[in-house]
Amino acid sequence: MLREGKLRIPSGCAISGIIDRKRNKFNGEEIIKSIALMHDRSNGLGGGFAAYGIYPSYKDFYALHIFYESLSVKAQTENFIKRHFDVEKAESIPTRPVLSIVNIPLIWRYFVRPQAQACVSKDDCVDESDFTSKCVIKINTDYEGAYVFSSGKNMGTFKGVGYPEDIGEFFMLDTYEAHMWTAHGRFPTNTPGWWGGAHPFTILNWSVVHNGEISSYDTNRRFVEMYGYKCTLKTDTEVITYLFDMLVRKHKLPIEKAIKVVSAPFWDDIEREKSEEVKNELKSIRAVYANALVNGPFSIILGYEKGMIALNDRIKLRPLVAAEKGNRIYVASEESAIRIICNNPERVWSPRGGEPVVVLLEGEQE
Amino acid sequence: MSLDFNTPDFEVIRNGNRCIQCKVCVHQCANAVHFYDEEYDVVCVDDSKCVNCHRCVTLCPTKALVIRKYPLEFRENFNWHGKAIKEIYKQSQTGGVLLSSMGNPEPFPIYWDKMLLNASQVTNPSIDPLREPMETKVVIGRKPERLKFDANGKLLTKMPLNIELKVPVMFSAMSYGSISRNAHESLARAAEELGIFYNTGEGGLSKDFYKYGKNTIVQVASGRFGVHKEYLNAGAAIEIKIGQGAKPGIGGHLPGKKVGEDVSATRMIPVGSDAISPAPHHDIYSIEDLRQLIFSLKEATGYKKPVFVKIAAVHNSAAIASGVVRAGADAIVVDGFRGGTGAAPTRVRNNVGIPIELALAAIDQRLREEGIRNYCSLIVAGSIRNSSDVVKAIALGADAVYIGSAAVIALGCHMCHSCSTGKCNWGIATQYPELVKRLNPDIMYKRLVNLISAWNNEIQELLGGMGINAIESLRGNRLMLRGVDLNEKELEVLGIKYAGE
Amino acid sequence: MKKIYAFESRCLGCRLCEVYCRTARFKSKDVVKAHKRKNITSAIIVEEVLGPNNISYFALQCRHCKNPKCIKACISGAMYKNDKGIVRNDSEKCVGCLSCILVCPFGVIKKNDDGKSVSKCDLCADFGEPFCVENCPNEAIKFLNEGEARALK
Repeated sequence: MLREGKLRIPSGCAISGIIDRKRNKFNGEEIIKSIALMHDRSNGLGGGFAAYGIYPSYKDFYALHIFYESLSVKAQTENFIKRHFDVEKAESIPTRPVLSIVNIPLIWRYFVRPQAQACVSKDDCVDESDFTSKCVIKINTDYEGAYVFSSGKNMGTFKGVGYPEDIGEFFMLDTYEAHMWTAHGRFPTNTPGWWGGAHPFTILNWSVVHNGEISSYDTNRRFVEMYGYKCTLKTDTEVITYLFDMLVRKHKLPIEKAIKVVSAPFWDDIEREKSEEVKNELKSIRAVYANALVNGPFSIILGYEKGMIALNDRIKLRPLVAAEKGNRIYVASEESAIRIICNNPERVWSPRGGEPVVVLLEGEQE
Repeated sequence: MSLDFNTPDFEVIRNGNRCIQCKVCVHQCANAVHFYDEEYDVVCVDDSKCVNCHRCVTLCPTKALVIRKYPLEFRENFNWHGKAIKEIYKQSQTGGVLLSSMGNPEPFPIYWDKMLLNASQVTNPSIDPLREPMETKVVIGRKPERLKFDANGKLLTKMPLNIELKVPVMFSAMSYGSISRNAHESLARAAEELGIFYNTGEGGLSKDFYKYGKNTIVQVASGRFGVHKEYLNAGAAIEIKIGQGAKPGIGGHLPGKKVGEDVSATRMIPVGSDAISPAPHHDIYSIEDLRQLIFSLKEATGYKKPVFVKIAAVHNSAAIASGVVRAGADAIVVDGFRGGTGAAPTRVRNNVGIPIELALAAIDQRLREEGIRNYCSLIVAGSIRNSSDVVKAIALGADAVYIGSAAVIALGCHMCHSCSTGKCNWGIATQYPELVKRLNPDIMYKRLVNLISAWNNEIQELLGGMGINAIESLRGNRLMLRGVDLNEKELEVLGIKYAGE
Repeated sequence: MKKIYAFESRCLGCRLCEVYCRTARFKSKDVVKAHKRKNITSAIIVEEVLGPNNISYFALQCRHCKNPKCIKACISGAMYKNDKGIVRNDSEKCVGCLSCILVCPFGVIKKNDDGKSVSKCDLCADFGEPFCVENCPNEAIKFLNEGEARALK
């Protein structure tokens, strides 16, 4: 049976996210509780979490989380990393044994900084983030048996094959303090159960948890691949992550414009728009980024250094509920998954199709 | 006179019990197949002149006529089949180059029919176009590399002029001269009503049609017939025709007998003179010359019109297309070897060029590998027969398609492959006034509108089934295609998987 | 009142209107059956006009005149104008004197094969739209009121 990356596997999912706008930190227990409530939305073949603000003492370093299938590939990959980065710290990610979590790969993390000379020698590499993302893509493409599943600064992804609550227990998320958590429980229709195939999917600081099966997958994939990305997993989540990375980091689009790209307004609505300036802008977005429109059912939670964005497809074919209490914003596939950790929210709403919930951390601007 | 070896191609059978001797067939056949014998007061038939255009069959009020293949057989021979023998009879009698009309009829593979589309089941919902919005609009033209916004989120990038199509289908180039004025008028009016475009072809544009300008693409071909500043500015876009799928590498020839007063004025050539388009543009002998022509045309139109470049699908199309994008074209048009024509040398039509499906897949892939696919639109032509062909073309990577043969079929063409005689009984490929008026634009433009509207509905159904509600999410979405009856190499070139994979 | 108008620029000269006019008189509306009977003459006539370069055609039938000469000339009272302004011939009363044919300024009343009765256009008033109009393949004859016709001409 082919593993994820060699073929495309449709899947259904549960997603959940919590953010504290004032950057107050809290450990992983709440998010585990929330995603565990939606146990039936996943089938034990994938669960994962992204946590922002967890590595304050290494906040200037890229934190590479890597799965290895063997010691030999670990040695080869580390050799590559050493040639391209200065490694501040390398360690095995601490875990605790959980009965249901089996077939565990080697799980390591590295706090690294791109080597100045390595970056300069590559003429196609505009800055250190671009360099780092290229190196991550290179490892994932060329080093069979090694998989970088997290590469941001002061953030990290924890994922694997199992129910999300078990994965959270396994990675000891109760010991991490973050100001933002996202979680994912997966229901793939078939999979040999590969750890790299679980979600969230990340590149640099972007993390995406996603529920849906996008029908524009190959259009989006072939579009981002024109700009130097390589979709190694063949998952929707991967391609959505690359799209946002490309639009916001490479093309420098403001985040609200990037949202207009992936969840574009309908032509009829554009025609109805009264302001010629807005109309022209929306038309230009649809014309230039036609192939970046994400079509088909999805609800996603994007995490990045400035905050969190939750978004539905244009006609809301997947569930997404949001709630607010104090400094905190909650989003989840089901309202119950919010109420279990926040029993009397000030506001609960169901965002409309294509209308994003954008939550910025205090002091951040779009 | 020596013996004529030619035998009829068709046999006209008249059912005596049904024939009422009304002579409608006699009045309608421009080839004089049916004639009235006054002596015996009876309608008679000369089979040898019949081209099987079905005009008489369609108009016969009692359905008394049937046309069949002439039942004369040669001794069975896979190699020296009847057609091969008859062509030799014809050439040895006349000493001429064999001429044919419409597209390549030979049994080469039709890849559209070897690709199947996907649909949503369980894991993702299909979308009902009757209940949900379903977008088929496309924007054709050059796109900037990226959009730039200022700190306040205001758009800084000025978009190059693009044209918008409500349906990703346009009417391809058919010149006034090769087709009749009424056919042209039908195409223009239909394009206007549908929010799409028709193409003037290389014969210029009659002033009477300038009013359809916003739905017109004006063509500039090697003969430069009827090309002047006002003409270039009359349309919404300009198309430089380098080649045509039916006859890559050769020029065109409109016989003098088709050049009447009006065609003469439109083409700017004397009445009755042959209009001969050279094989190449004599100011384009290389890619940099093409760039100069593109920018000359842009200068002449104040950079207000997108410039398309049309090439025939040939062996090296992918590299040529890349050059065309880099030369500054706003859209590339690629015409496959099944594309129709009013007249082409038979040997060229049947043996030159490659299938559009393969050319399209190769060009789209090549432009993506070079990172320039998004700069320019890709339009394909060359026997798009129905809405699923359109959908498959878009899934392979096209932005839109051109239809020529399908459009003239909607106007009544019965594919008799006799355009070059100029005696089209349906009033399409003819300039004889009494034949031209058989095509009533008031009726025929509506048939074109009906056709494209029907296709649009079907495209929406197919999109909805795939769980897609905007056609741009299908463009290049090759996972939506699966191949059957294809070998590994064909799958590789098409960039698709085999059914079941 | 609605009348039949011919559009010469659209007329193909195929004469299907004549075929359907002859058929219109028969209940079955079956062209073959209708033409098996003799004694029917079309009340619409396609005229050929020879131009310098080409032949043009137009269809002609009863104009349903304001003051029809045929009614004045009719000796048996068979020719009459009904309440809708349609000039009709009552075959029960017609004696076949052919006076109407003599006086018709348009030549659109025709003698039937038997020589004893006439055929003229009654706009297919007994069963609906004129059959010739319905079956014209090129919309070269249309059933219009005066205003509509003027707008199209």
